[in-house]
Amino acid sequence: MNLEILVELTYLLSAILFVVGLKRLQSPATARAGNAIAAFAMLLAILATVVDAEILTWTGILIGVVIGGGVGGLAARFVQMTQMPQMVGIFNGFGGGASALVAVAEFVAAPNVGAGTTGVTILLGTLIGGVTFSGSFIAFAKLQELMTGNPITFPGQNVFSALLLVAVLALGAMTLGLLGDGDPLMLFYAFIAVSLLLGVLLVIPIGGADMPVVISLLNSYSGLAASAAGFVIGNMVLIISGALVGAAGLILTQLMCKGMNRSLANVAFGGFGGTAGIDKAQIGKRPVRTTDAEGAAAEIGYVNSVVIVPGYGLAVAQAQHELRKVGDLLGERGVDVKYAIHPVAGRMPGHMNVLLAEADVSYDKLYDLDEINDDFSKTDAVLIVGANDVVNPAARDPKSLIAGMPILDVDKARRVIVMKRSLSPGFAGIDNDLFYMDNTLMFFGDAKASMSDLVRAVRELA
Amino acid sequence: MGELMIGLYVFVLATLAGREVITKVPPTLHTPLMSGANAISGIAIVGAIVVAGRAEGTLQTALGIAAVAMAMVNVIGGFLVTDRMLGMFRKR
Repeated sequence: MNLEILVELTYLLSAILFVVGLKRLQSPATARAGNAIAAFAMLLAILATVVDAEILTWTGILIGVVIGGGVGGLAARFVQMTQMPQMVGIFNGFGGGASALVAVAEFVAAPNVGAGTTGVTILLGTLIGGVTFSGSFIAFAKLQELMTGNPITFPGQNVFSALLLVAVLALGAMTLGLLGDGDPLMLFYAFIAVSLLLGVLLVIPIGGADMPVVISLLNSYSGLAASAAGFVIGNMVLIISGALVGAAGLILTQLMCKGMNRSLANVAFGGFGGTAGIDKAQIGKRPVRTTDAEGAAAEIGYVNSVVIVPGYGLAVAQAQHELRKVGDLLGERGVDVKYAIHPVAGRMPGHMNVLLAEADVSYDKLYDLDEINDDFSKTDAVLIVGANDVVNPAARDPKSLIAGMPILDVDKARRVIVMKRSLSPGFAGIDNDLFYMDNTLMFFGDAKASMSDLVRAVRELA
Repeated sequence: MGELMIGLYVFVLATLAGREVITKVPPTLHTPLMSGANAISGIAIVGAIVVAGRAEGTLQTALGIAAVAMAMVNVIGGFLVTDRMLGMFRKR
């Protein structure tokens, strides 16, 4: 068998193993093995490339491997689970950046590529990769709080973005020599600059609770960028793996949009934040019933069933370990404890699940919205930690800003305890009717301190 | 049939296959799914090695190094952090 066929068959095996690896992610029991299979597939693809490619110089490759492998390894080892959204965010950026650079390097090696297939795929790879790269860094900066996490908008923003899109198309045509006769290399650099600017504009108007959507979307783009790079260098394993990642990101994007009952366009072009017509001065002005650690402990310690609802506030306070202790203590008292997780709780898909897994909560106690919503009417007490909009019954009111958003029906439980710093509104900017209901008790305070108090209070119950 | 068209067929079919497989991933594993997908998008390393291995001159060398480094962050970081996370998902 000649070498070329062996290399192609190795790529094919690699592509198959990526699919097999992803399939194992369908259950927590097999997921870890699936990840290992995907990693092995990557190793195969790299080996095939090293054998196949005409490598004239190893210096650059080795320098890149040491730097990238070192940074990636250290980040993976030391990142905290609460920081996973920004970690995934910046990794999206590196993936997109690498794919863009492959396309850029191809162009730089032969700038007079012309308007053929190669030229078009190079520009496509540069555009998608560039948008992913800059957009992901903005997403990272927002999540890491290097810049404001709120939406950034300015007058005429959508018009400006549309003009940039036109500019990208025009510059692309000019780069390929279809329009005018400028220096292709200079035009290409301008094309890169505008692509990067587009990525920035894609992400700055998106903030707070909308981040799961944009992270998922950028995840999808990083895959598409890899596919585009595959078209550029004519490599099928790149096309296939990129398509798999693109599909994964797209599915998550759709799920996140569904979790908020909003379209992607609505998220991208600003839906929330437009709180006109809402009297902000009235928020938090109605009377509430309050409780403390002892009161809350009594409400959840002497009943049959408790459902815990975690939200982004839990991640901010890093109170997941204390929360798990409360759950364990209740379990020891014979209380049936479940955790209800809304699809868009936190800042990325599955954020809460990872936090609770880190705190050693058994994964069969985690329920998603569809699995648990019918149970609330049979639940004695619900403990809400740092969640707001996802439990707001106003979503059932057709006139509400969040009308139609799927919510956890916590208000149907006999008792609701809300742990929260204040009555301030969530990301949607509207008051939460749940806080003022007869069966709701507000337990104000910092989630971590309150949770520690609650652990102690539950332990001291008779 | 040209190489572009073959590539397009492969791309579309792989997307559909990915859709079938990934739709069944439970919400509890969505974060590991994303970071695992991140790692897989590090497949750009294949292109990066090709580009870096035949680089001539400073610009091409710099582009090659940057491409390999970025892709390797995803490959090493992505698979390791996904493994670390999945190790935490335990049933008791």
